[in-house]
Amino acid sequence: MSTAVTEIPQDSRVHYLNVSYGVKSWLLTVDHKRIALLYLGSITFMFLVGGVAAVLMRIHLIEPAGALVQPETYNKLFSAHGIIMVFFFLVPSIPATLGNFLVPLMVGAKDLAFPKLNLLSWYIYVVGALFTLYAVISGGVDTGWTFYTPYSSTYSHSAVIPVAIGVFITGFSSILTGLNFIVTIHKMRAPGLTWFRLPLFIWSIYATSVIFILGTPVLAITIFLLGVERLFHVGIFDPAVGGDPLLFQHLFWFYSHPAVYIMILPGMGVVSELIAAFSRKRIYGYTMVAYSSFAIAIISFLVWGHHMFVTGQSIYAGLIFSVLSFLVAIPSAIKVFNWTATLYKGSISYEAPMLYALGFIGLFTMGGLTGLFLASLATDVHLSGTYFIVAHFHYIMVGGAVMAYMGGLHYWWPKITGRMYPDMWARVAAVIIFVGFNLTFFPQFMLGYLGMPRRYAVYPPEFQVFNVMSSAGASILGIGYLIPLVYFIWSMRYGPIAPANPWGAKGLEWTVPSPPPTDNFEETPIVTEEAYNYAPIPEGQHG
Amino acid sequence: MADLVAHGSGHDAAHDPAATHSHSPDLKHQFDNMTQQFEAGNLGMWVFLATEVLFFGGLFASYTVYRSLYLPGFEIGSHLLDVRFGATNTAVLICSSLTMALAIRAAQTGQRKAQVILLVLTMLLGAAFLGIKFTFEWRNDYLEHLVPGVDFLYRPEWGGNGPHVQLFFIFYFIMTSIHALHMIIGIGLLSVLTWMAARGRFSPDYYTPLEVSGLYWHFVDIVWIFLFPLLYLIGGRYGIGGGH
Repeated sequence: MSTAVTEIPQDSRVHYLNVSYGVKSWLLTVDHKRIALLYLGSITFMFLVGGVAAVLMRIHLIEPAGALVQPETYNKLFSAHGIIMVFFFLVPSIPATLGNFLVPLMVGAKDLAFPKLNLLSWYIYVVGALFTLYAVISGGVDTGWTFYTPYSSTYSHSAVIPVAIGVFITGFSSILTGLNFIVTIHKMRAPGLTWFRLPLFIWSIYATSVIFILGTPVLAITIFLLGVERLFHVGIFDPAVGGDPLLFQHLFWFYSHPAVYIMILPGMGVVSELIAAFSRKRIYGYTMVAYSSFAIAIISFLVWGHHMFVTGQSIYAGLIFSVLSFLVAIPSAIKVFNWTATLYKGSISYEAPMLYALGFIGLFTMGGLTGLFLASLATDVHLSGTYFIVAHFHYIMVGGAVMAYMGGLHYWWPKITGRMYPDMWARVAAVIIFVGFNLTFFPQFMLGYLGMPRRYAVYPPEFQVFNVMSSAGASILGIGYLIPLVYFIWSMRYGPIAPANPWGAKGLEWTVPSPPPTDNFEETPIVTEEAYNYAPIPEGQHG
Repeated sequence: MADLVAHGSGHDAAHDPAATHSHSPDLKHQFDNMTQQFEAGNLGMWVFLATEVLFFGGLFASYTVYRSLYLPGFEIGSHLLDVRFGATNTAVLICSSLTMALAIRAAQTGQRKAQVILLVLTMLLGAAFLGIKFTFEWRNDYLEHLVPGVDFLYRPEWGGNGPHVQLFFIFYFIMTSIHALHMIIGIGLLSVLTWMAARGRFSPDYYTPLEVSGLYWHFVDIVWIFLFPLLYLIGGRYGIGGGH
């Protein structure tokens, strides 16, 4: 990082980036801000690996008979894409990068409660990722990211065990991160920072951490049982000895459905920050938005059966899971309505982070509403296992979680690096991503409705138009992601020096210099006002 | 737990710069004072134990599903375990929890020698548990061809229940080995603590590592308190469980 070219004196001060140099000072750091950057680098790498798999799939699907790879290879591509994107990018994305960087800053603490544990969780993540990459290189895995038994435990000839070990190990990274956040938020808030003065990002990170803590261990034990069955050739889920493959699915989805909310809840927190900052208004219905994060976290543990409507689980279980799944729509809708109500009569400006936030609201709403189709028993029978599902969850995970992640990255980039990114390029990239995303995934709703099943390497010729549209969109989307990669790296060296608070935003993280000093605050701040205390709004106009 | 959560709102006291011990050498840089550090460590362990409950919970749930489906096979399996070993081990573990609690007490009252003795005693009891488990129980099971995946033979008197007896033993071995692994980790923790205690690292003002490791040790103990009846007792052995 250059310190010589600038005439602004604040750049010559010591901050967390220039306090020490060298590989060792990064690999042995216990500073939450540096660990956030370690995570940022590693998950970006995994995102690119998973992205390459997606690009290859989309190229392959241009032709009905398949344009690129053998069907076996196609199976390995979609498995690698799913496993890497879910476990190694989406789950850690916002919590491990932005969360790690921001939680201590937002609560007014010097660091997380357990800094060494924080570093350990990054190493655990790296080891898990290496196992998974090894599996991908050494022939790949073809089970899909869901590892359904008995295929994964008995019949698959691919590298199931290395991937299972990788996912198992990485789970502990999530658990330790969640533990650290929960303790920090409980015990290390600055004086005066009561629960209802906390930024909504903290609320959503807290709710996410609860899912980390309670969901991840169940995935760990499930993967463990799968590994034991495969290694020792005993039947835990094998019907031949009385085991039940459905039990695997129950246990798997008990984690993996809440995991969807691990991916989206932090995104909701980010969007709450962005909407408030760029409407220059306090969030409408703060308390409801905060509580709705918890409602989502709690209900998320009660809906896993909606992944199993067509597996032969009892119809009564199906009915209950259907009703509970509809219930998730309520807290989700509360958030969307409150964000839009915040926009109402706000002084809105369209900086790049705000473009992502607005994109998030639209795409998340689409994803959420199509989720209702899938929560209905009868329509799910038609749509289950089709591209409709693929489109639905990509609207949530990419249109929702990744849009929010990108928005958050832009919003806090000046704080993280002390540099501004090029504003025009950022806005262009945000629009390209929005257009490319919709062109990629909206045709997949059509394909699914028309009956094209997911996970097939070939398809009937009548589906070609929509598939070509989707592949064309994917190439636009790919370019949209590469542009920020380039200008973010560029801005670290050449970007204009960022002031402490470039957006005129509220929140403790904007009261410290950019980039912050290693200890964050020179002395523990004392908080005397609510979050989002923006323009003086006359008393009584807002509740 | 409820008590700990309730403390979350008591942060004003935790941040009071006038609080005692604010310059203790044991205070880590990220904390404002010793109270905050102690509470954070404690809450951290409780949260970790919540994770552990769900980790074992997945196993208990699976066990319960299969037991309700295949009661006869699971009863046969339960009868094949030797309840004397299980009962002895239960007693051994409960004693180790007592010595662990007394070790913390010794730290609170500043008795260094008692701390070391009690910690060593706790480790020895833990080792005794593992010794009984490995050298007697598991060895016997192996000799009787009851180890699935390694050497498991169906016996004619089981009739059609053979696969279900095997399923019982799969869960028996997975549950007890994961529990044993937790014991081994616990003994590892205790050996570090013993070394620290011997060097006089703990005082009535600072014994957080002992406290949180104690929580872990008691948790592992409680898991066994659930495993013991689930595996050894409720197979209809004494008319409980409705088998006979």
